[in-house]
Amino acid sequence: MNDLVEQLLNGNRRALARLLTAVENEAANRGEVLAALFPHTGRAWVIGVTGAPGTGKSTLVTALTKAYRAQGKTVAVLAVDPTSPFSGGAILGDRIRMRELSGDTGVFIRSMATRGSLGGLSRATRSAIRVMDAAGFDIILVETVGAGQSEVDIALAAKTTLVVDAPGLGDDVQAIKAGILEIADVLVVNKADRPGAKNTVRSLKTMLELGHPGSRSQVVAHHGQLLRVESNGVGNKDEVEAMWLPPIVETVASEGKGIGELIEAIDRHRHYLANDAALINLERQQIEIELYDRLREALMTRLLQKIPGNVFADVIGRIQAREIDPESAVMAVLAKVPDVS
Amino acid sequence: MPIRVLIAKPGLDGHDRGAKVIARALRDAGMEVIYTGLRQTPEMIAEAALQEDVDIVGLSILSGAHLALVPKIRQTMDKSGLNDIPILVGGIIPDSDRPTLEAAGVTAIFGPGTSTEEIVAHIHKILTPKDTQ
Repeated sequence: MNDLVEQLLNGNRRALARLLTAVENEAANRGEVLAALFPHTGRAWVIGVTGAPGTGKSTLVTALTKAYRAQGKTVAVLAVDPTSPFSGGAILGDRIRMRELSGDTGVFIRSMATRGSLGGLSRATRSAIRVMDAAGFDIILVETVGAGQSEVDIALAAKTTLVVDAPGLGDDVQAIKAGILEIADVLVVNKADRPGAKNTVRSLKTMLELGHPGSRSQVVAHHGQLLRVESNGVGNKDEVEAMWLPPIVETVASEGKGIGELIEAIDRHRHYLANDAALINLERQQIEIELYDRLREALMTRLLQKIPGNVFADVIGRIQAREIDPESAVMAVLAKVPDVS
Repeated sequence: MPIRVLIAKPGLDGHDRGAKVIARALRDAGMEVIYTGLRQTPEMIAEAALQEDVDIVGLSILSGAHLALVPKIRQTMDKSGLNDIPILVGGIIPDSDRPTLEAAGVTAIFGPGTSTEEIVAHIHKILTPKDTQ
């Protein structure tokens, strides 16, 4: 496995592919691999691309990749598609739209299934991004599953988050709902040559005027928990002026229209983060939330090992018979575990 | 861990209904299917198989060009170090061509009328669970 790490650091693509599989399958030695790679991470600019199904995310990712390649930058793409909740299988079809990227050794595309995760990414996505980062790519584009209103995990993994909208997907009430639109650093109206594009742009503008968190380094709702991260005094010489307002960029990704403007908007966001020291805050916050997540997972695994299997079946039966309510049942289960109750 | 399969359509024929039916059946059997779409060159297929780190490659060919395409794909994959990844072929393959394809390293050939269960069973049979090292 150490061989693979070394090969990856030397630019071997098969080693990269194999290590991505290792983190995705949560192989026993993945901790070791990630620890070895971690010092080499933090250099890539990670761009998240999210939005409803059919808004053209894959086509947009392809157009962005081509544009970055024209600038001489290397690009890794991580495309996430949903796992079937019934069979555990998945059809990963993002490569269909990315065929023109084939044959370029400056591009690496990997498809990932969500494997039961609900936030628009898979559990292993953060680790997969790090593996790609360590491999030395300049840009990492992460395309989420077709997301609706609550799949906001991408904002915890990306440095710049693009939320892609398209004409004809809903009225302006959709635009003022909380959730996915609020995590946008840049709003993209794709298929802008279609009827109704102006209306989509107008609703998004209205939403922004009504108030937008602006800087998500303040509060992020995560898995039902509101987390506040102190802004440690950097960059708030003038909060109002320093606030980033997401620009709205119109694109026709299939024809490459508006891609130049989109890349400029991403660059502006990158400079904003860098100049304002907001990047340090953003990263701190992402690390903090990741630690909570991983801690919760580790504790849960340990806890489940301590609870005898039959306790669950018993409690489920009692809840179904209305003998006990779910919350009391949790207390009853915990009472059986030493060190927790 | 789910088996990862690349389903590719090399060559110029434009019918991918068969490929999609197979992709769907493999998904329903719990596999992760990377579908690449139409008109893939041997280089595209080898590259996708490498990047996606698949366990097996399935080719759907209806054009009659299998004798030209399949050995080329096998060679291109071998050159990228993917000689351990088996290739299956589905489509319209005359019996007389089977020995040539098998000699070129194809592990199984499925003609029209093959049940999807048969294909799933075959994949399970030839793949030992991927070692995670």
